[in-house]
Amino acid sequence: MNQLDDEIHPKILEALLQSRNDYTIEDALENEMILNMGPQHPATHGVLRLLLRLDGERIIGCVPELGYLHRGYEKMAENMSYYEYIPHTDRLDYISPMANNVAWVLAVEKLAGIEAPKRAQYIRMMIAELARIASHLVAIGAFAMDVGALTVFLWTLREREKILDIWDILCGARFTNSYTRIGGVANDAQPEALAKAKWFIDQFEPYLAEVEQLLNTNRIFIERVDGVGAISKEDAIDLGFCGPNLRACGVEFDLRRNAPYLCYSELDFKIPTYTEGDCLARYFLRLDECRESAKIVMQVLDKIPQGPVNADIPKKVLPQKDEVYTKMEELIHDFMIVNFGINPPVGEIYHAIEGSKGELGFYLVSKGDGKPWKCKIRSPSFNNIQALPKLVIGQMISDVVAIIGSIDPIMGEADK
Amino acid sequence: MDLKELIPQKLKANFPLVDFEVSDYKGELTIKFDKKNIVEICKFLKQDTDLQFLICSDITAVDWATRKNRFTVVYNIFSLKHNFRLRLKADVDESDCSIDSVTSVWRAANFQERETYDMYGIKFNNHPDLRRMYMPEEFEYYPLRKDFPLMGIPGSLPLPKK
Repeated sequence: MNQLDDEIHPKILEALLQSRNDYTIEDALENEMILNMGPQHPATHGVLRLLLRLDGERIIGCVPELGYLHRGYEKMAENMSYYEYIPHTDRLDYISPMANNVAWVLAVEKLAGIEAPKRAQYIRMMIAELARIASHLVAIGAFAMDVGALTVFLWTLREREKILDIWDILCGARFTNSYTRIGGVANDAQPEALAKAKWFIDQFEPYLAEVEQLLNTNRIFIERVDGVGAISKEDAIDLGFCGPNLRACGVEFDLRRNAPYLCYSELDFKIPTYTEGDCLARYFLRLDECRESAKIVMQVLDKIPQGPVNADIPKKVLPQKDEVYTKMEELIHDFMIVNFGINPPVGEIYHAIEGSKGELGFYLVSKGDGKPWKCKIRSPSFNNIQALPKLVIGQMISDVVAIIGSIDPIMGEADK
Repeated sequence: MDLKELIPQKLKANFPLVDFEVSDYKGELTIKFDKKNIVEICKFLKQDTDLQFLICSDITAVDWATRKNRFTVVYNIFSLKHNFRLRLKADVDESDCSIDSVTSVWRAANFQERETYDMYGIKFNNHPDLRRMYMPEEFEYYPLRKDFPLMGIPGSLPLPKK
């Protein structure tokens, strides 16, 4: 204990010792132990640090410490134009950068009063859903790997690789895509990219069934996650759970349905929910969501209309490069937008999409100039981590790994 | 009745002594009032059976730099029953840089208020665990205030001991 006092900041220690717990053990051991888990720990999915107060192997207190990946993206947003910020959104939730791009441009478009053409909106829906599949595949694979089922990780990452290939064709980058633009997308989706997406969805279902089979018949896996880290519906809402984690508790809350954006209201899809709220339910839910997303991508590919992919608002939407080189007007607009920004009217908006991890929103305040006066990122992982102490208290220390894996936090967006 | 009329009406009926400033921009309803009423109004919005704002999506602040009331604390809440998003605002002045915490209403406010405190230095009274969220405890500045330079302040973050 004394030695720990030097290493852990006294305020954090105080928070840990005072953390309320309604879990008491009759035959408590005489010694309590404080264990520092992370930030360098393979199962914390990045740089999450947890301070655990242990009684034997049972957890009686937990304090998450964030900030090891804090890069100040909100401060940076206040000092750059709306276009310049698009690549930075890639680095928030780095497992599904495409969804972040979509969230950012939708927020800016709402602020500036731009509407993207129909084809661009369909392309955005396609990439957002493919990003959700990719993100859930990583979540399932890493979760299974954390509790000892290593093979699944290799299988899901193989599937994810195919999605990254689609992005490679779409925009030339596999990870940090920056594909969307304010008022549209960077370039029209090539027929090869659409064909590859269709091919991927066609062959995806059997592979997902294999993954499911591998895990559902794995008794070790099921026994390690069944009933672990359960949370009630009321607690989940009150503690700020969102996205798949909230739906695994029985709350049918999905922004694609509750506050439709893009063209989701034209599509037919289900919102899967489970009522148990434990690690197993969260795993099942992610599998179901992969299937629903595949269905959405299929519908999008069927319905995708022809037409332009950028809105025709020369003062706010960047012109295509070949036009910039050949036409005077476009050159002037390009110069003005790049140097002075798009100057949305004075006002403030909040726009959220259902990202892969939950409600990903941007709160923007404009003072009428090229840079946002204030940009707040409402990140789902940050709010999901908040419920972590509630989930782990009373569980064994080995369950912590399973619980962190099941709520799938990405520290890039939790720490901003 | 439309919620955009119902909510201000209900608030005015239940809190006759409070001044409400209602605005509607791009379909988003914003209600601004004095900071001393924040907890009771939030409690009312959450517990009223017609409204049920159960989800506290986000709490943040805006630094206006030159205004008389320098900061505005912004609450972003969501009603599952009506699928309706509401924004609450309360001004906080630099001389009395504090506001009551709403953690007693929504437990989700805990991290969000800590983050706001860390970034803007606004103290949340009665918060159970008001520590810095991202920055180290020893850090003396508040990074998202407009007077904090983008490049940081040299020497403000000591390197770890070897």
